[in-house]
Amino acid sequence: MGLLQFVKKFEPSKDKKFLHTLYDGFFTFLYTPDEVTKDGVHIKDGMDLKRTMVIVVLAMQFCYLFGTFNIGHQHFVAVGQFTGYFEGFHLKIAYGLIKLLPIYVVTMVVGLGIEFYFASRKGHAIEEGFLVTGALIPLIMPPDIPLLVLAVSIVFAVVIGKEAFGGTGMNIWNIALLSRVFVFFAYPTTISGDEVWVAGLESTAAGSAVDYGWAHNMFNYLFEWFGWSTFDPGGAVTDGFTGATPLALAYQGGWEAVTQVYSPTQMWWGDIPGSIGETSKPLIIIGALMLLISGIASWRVMFGMIIGAASVGLLLNVWGATPFMTVPWYFQFYMGSFFFAMAFMATDPVTASSTRKGKWVYGFLIGFIGLIIRILNPAYPEGWMLAILFMNTFVPLIDYMVLKTNISKRLKSA
Amino acid sequence: MRNIIRSKPVLTLFFSFFILNVLSAQTENSSSVLPLAIILIIGILILAVVFLVADNFMQTSLGGSYASSSRDSFFPSLTKWTKPKPPPYVDKEAHFVELKDGFDILLVGQAEEVLLESPRVTRFAVQPKNFRGIAPIPKMEVEIGGEVKAGDALFHDKKAEAIKYVAPVSGEVVAINRGAKRAITEVVILADKEIKFRELPGFDFNQSDRPSFVQYLQSAGFWPMIKERPFDVVPSSDSVPENIFISTFDTGPLAPNQNYIIEGNEALFHKGLEGLTKLTSGQVHLGLSGNGEQPHEAFVNAPYSQKHWFKGPHPAGNVGVQIHHIDSIGRGEKVWTLEVQDVILLGQILLNRKFDTSRKIALTGSISKPAYIQTFLGANVGELLKSEKLENVRIVSGDVLSGKFKVGDSFLNNWDNQLTVIEEGNQYELFGWLVPSSPRPSVSKTYPNFLFKDLKFAPNTNTHGERRAFVVTDQYEKLLPMDIYPQHLMKAIISNDFEQMEGLGIYELSEEDVALCEFACTSKMPLQKILREGLELMQEQG
Repeated sequence: MGLLQFVKKFEPSKDKKFLHTLYDGFFTFLYTPDEVTKDGVHIKDGMDLKRTMVIVVLAMQFCYLFGTFNIGHQHFVAVGQFTGYFEGFHLKIAYGLIKLLPIYVVTMVVGLGIEFYFASRKGHAIEEGFLVTGALIPLIMPPDIPLLVLAVSIVFAVVIGKEAFGGTGMNIWNIALLSRVFVFFAYPTTISGDEVWVAGLESTAAGSAVDYGWAHNMFNYLFEWFGWSTFDPGGAVTDGFTGATPLALAYQGGWEAVTQVYSPTQMWWGDIPGSIGETSKPLIIIGALMLLISGIASWRVMFGMIIGAASVGLLLNVWGATPFMTVPWYFQFYMGSFFFAMAFMATDPVTASSTRKGKWVYGFLIGFIGLIIRILNPAYPEGWMLAILFMNTFVPLIDYMVLKTNISKRLKSA
Repeated sequence: MRNIIRSKPVLTLFFSFFILNVLSAQTENSSSVLPLAIILIIGILILAVVFLVADNFMQTSLGGSYASSSRDSFFPSLTKWTKPKPPPYVDKEAHFVELKDGFDILLVGQAEEVLLESPRVTRFAVQPKNFRGIAPIPKMEVEIGGEVKAGDALFHDKKAEAIKYVAPVSGEVVAINRGAKRAITEVVILADKEIKFRELPGFDFNQSDRPSFVQYLQSAGFWPMIKERPFDVVPSSDSVPENIFISTFDTGPLAPNQNYIIEGNEALFHKGLEGLTKLTSGQVHLGLSGNGEQPHEAFVNAPYSQKHWFKGPHPAGNVGVQIHHIDSIGRGEKVWTLEVQDVILLGQILLNRKFDTSRKIALTGSISKPAYIQTFLGANVGELLKSEKLENVRIVSGDVLSGKFKVGDSFLNNWDNQLTVIEEGNQYELFGWLVPSSPRPSVSKTYPNFLFKDLKFAPNTNTHGERRAFVVTDQYEKLLPMDIYPQHLMKAIISNDFEQMEGLGIYELSEEDVALCEFACTSKMPLQKILREGLELMQEQG
């Protein structure tokens, strides 16, 4: 127990509130406290909130790995270099890290800073909610998101969306989506259109220059020393590159327009421009399976959502009035961030419906509304963020209905 | 369910309008009505299918309820096809309930079915605090130094003089211990070597009515053994229960085997049942175990009672769960519950005319030889465990879920026939939440426990995490096989919402029913405490 004594030495006095909260946060991360049960059950399950949250974060790690690669890969595809998957792999990873790390650091520093501050203000332990939120936010942002915009959106989401309601477990809307929706409405040009999904270009027009800085030069020194290929500051966007996501293409010209640029396999594996972590479907499904097997995420919400989306897809196929409506319903799952929203966003237990029946309804309606927004909204061809936030709002109503039936059944039988 | 179903057409209408609106906006050039009609029909069909499936999943997970099966669902139920198969010894006509929700906590230290030759326990106590609903300072009928026989009155509640609380053994009253605010906590008796019994008058059912039987039981000291739900209180003298419920098996962690306890007491048990039928306006219901081997003949062939079979993990053996599936407690209704041990005691009173509380107690947990011991009601815990080396352990009267903490020189609680010893968990654990240093019981599948079905654990009392707000949902529902929303009920109690508490079924619950949920709670909520506070509030409100 040498480490324990060593760590205990640094414990600040209790009247330094902020420091003590901070210390407590890190200490309980390192050591499970020696607290024992009193009046109530005498033994407790080994499961706690830290473990729950960390499993969710672990389930997202594949998305992080692929996201890092894909930022670089899309960039190099745009400038016409290293278009094969494994060509210039080190450059792609380096490029991805240069983009992703600042986003991650800013997210964590801002979010956890607010979390720590409120925990010390309220005098309770640091809650684990932001572990997951903070891991989700970088994955749903475009790679070129300005860090200041990101910071402001997180401040908005955490302070207004969570702390104002009382902290972890009390919020009505999904915090990660709240930060994204804030960017979406306050700084729409940074998160919509064809320009933003591929990183490091001044514009997606052919011939426009790449945008490298000191970090890339640093990596260049390193790679030169190894004798590997380096970042080429003279690169330019190739002819015929659009930067448009499959959804944008589908809105204009249906499935044909999409497949002219991207093959279905490519879309399935995630080799397409998009938000950082949402492109690779198999890896998200692995994460979703982790959550399902461990029982942390609700399968009712996930299945409800698939049924909802599939049924709207079918309906609109029958209708077929616009090019987007004619996209076969199963290909709708190849495009956009349906799976990411299903696995990590809709299943957030705090903002999802808390009753079993409610979960079915909640999931179904997200799928239903989300796909309607995606296909019929001309301004922005994706709907999960708005659908989930919309249904978050209606969760109390859904639960109220479910409870009401239980109550009236009980009172009637009396 | 009803309201949801009623709202289905509304929802469908809503979406039809929604789609219609969009249609008229987008397809001014296409005037065909046919696609529109097809879309509407498919939409309605899909909605109906979703509700059907959701509803049926609910049905299956609840496990076909006997009392509420017909009014539970609007649709023909999937459970009709997936009807549970009872084990071969269950009569085909019998009421059989298979419960899916719940969890068996397997621990080391199950009592072996032998009687230990152990040192005689010398001190016994009656603890007024065990009995809910009586004043903290009851009126004493004996003094320190007084000699009593087993069955002699020790004290009575000031509000109900007729209800006597009697001595479980004969001997000398050596102490009347008091706690906070001078409340009497223990009336201690130093037992005689040879227990002498007060001879009770005989009682003939044929020549007497219910009130005189009630009076007889009250003076004999049996009355406080009865628990009345809701609230788990000692029933008042004029209380007539709708039904009486007895669970003949215990599914709790390390629970004593009632089939072993009943051995040799068959006739007493049956006589006790006969007595109970005279007390209720309804029936005596026995809950029998459909788990494992056939229960004892004395239960299967018990006269004077309705039998109901329950199969499933803990808390299937809890009487509260069984009541819910037999005839749930409605508004203003009262039911009584008894333990097998107390029915045997009633048999002793009626058949042998003595208040003989001799019983088998299971000593379980981390002790050298877990087994049964023959003793009387309210035995001293320290003396029961005299031969054990007890360091940094916790002694629990009852099981580890709903039992009570016992320190040093204290006594078994009134209804407990189990004593559990577990290790204290007052140690720090490096990254204990992520990579635990020792196996621990868990309902969570983030631990590999579920792969090793028969693995037994030696738990400690560490909380394994800190208290948090409610975050995870649908966790309690998986552990409570009743049509109740425990998390919402807890929230209603915390916010003092009386109507909601009643509507969500607080009357149907007792602490032991939510104990498993408290064990598993990710947010480490003290559910039993919250529930009791809620019940007390409801009791005050009347």
